[in-house]
Amino acid sequence: MNSQLLYNSLELYLVIGALLFAIGFYGILSGRTFISMLISSELVLSGASINFMAFNRFLAPDPTVGQIFTLFIMAIAAAEAAIALSIIIAVYRNYKSIDTDEMVELKG
Amino acid sequence: MISADSLTELVFLVLAGITVLGALIATNAKRLIRAVSGLAVCLIGVAGLYYFLHSPFVALMEMLIYVGAVCVTIVFAVMMAEPFPERHAKISPLSGYLSFAVAILVFVGVAGLGVKTAWKAAGSTVNSGALIEVGKSLLTTNSMVFELISIVLLLAIIGSVALARAGREK
Repeated sequence: MNSQLLYNSLELYLVIGALLFAIGFYGILSGRTFISMLISSELVLSGASINFMAFNRFLAPDPTVGQIFTLFIMAIAAAEAAIALSIIIAVYRNYKSIDTDEMVELKG
Repeated sequence: MISADSLTELVFLVLAGITVLGALIATNAKRLIRAVSGLAVCLIGVAGLYYFLHSPFVALMEMLIYVGAVCVTIVFAVMMAEPFPERHAKISPLSGYLSFAVAILVFVGVAGLGVKTAWKAAGSTVNSGALIEVGKSLLTTNSMVFELISIVLLLAIIGSVALARAGREK
């Protein structure tokens, strides 16, 4: 197997993972609504998963561990999305809005 | 003449491109439904990258769980709680630039760490990492985590139903 090929370099996957992580970070910080922040947090989780899978493919002595960890990340992300969305819907019922800048009831 | 290697490389670059493009759409779109579509495009690209990382099973699960379930759930939430795009509370004009700067710093730090470190590969692997090995490991070494995940998912289902039912009379 030729290791000079682009898709066989560990660094490229790490850069893609870091890029997804940073884009998701930017989305969480600048998100206007709760749902856009949730979408950005999925991007952060995907960036972390790509890192796990890349290390699993190129470096790990047991190449099943990274795959299983990624599957567990998916399950946790699905549970997190379900809980977060039902909280968002409950907030929308009470405030008729999901803007992050309008939830100021606890502000002193 | 196009060789098989360069064709595979082209497919890889397209997948990496739609991953990043989808992520940019997901964070920068004005309307939420477009952001969810961008997330779906991005996750399809991520599934393709998993395929390149010798894990077709994880790629299929990514399509099934993320693109199939999570994105559809978010679309349902957008339908039930659509924000009014014109009614935005005024936010500081600096906040966008500040979060952009922080994200650039995070990217440079993490990517720099990944590129500069001299990674050492393991000398040999204990198994091939194929699907049958994943299944064996799930039911032996990682069986405890496997069962705990199912409890977490059950609690998440019950919790989300309880949360979404509360205050329904209003």
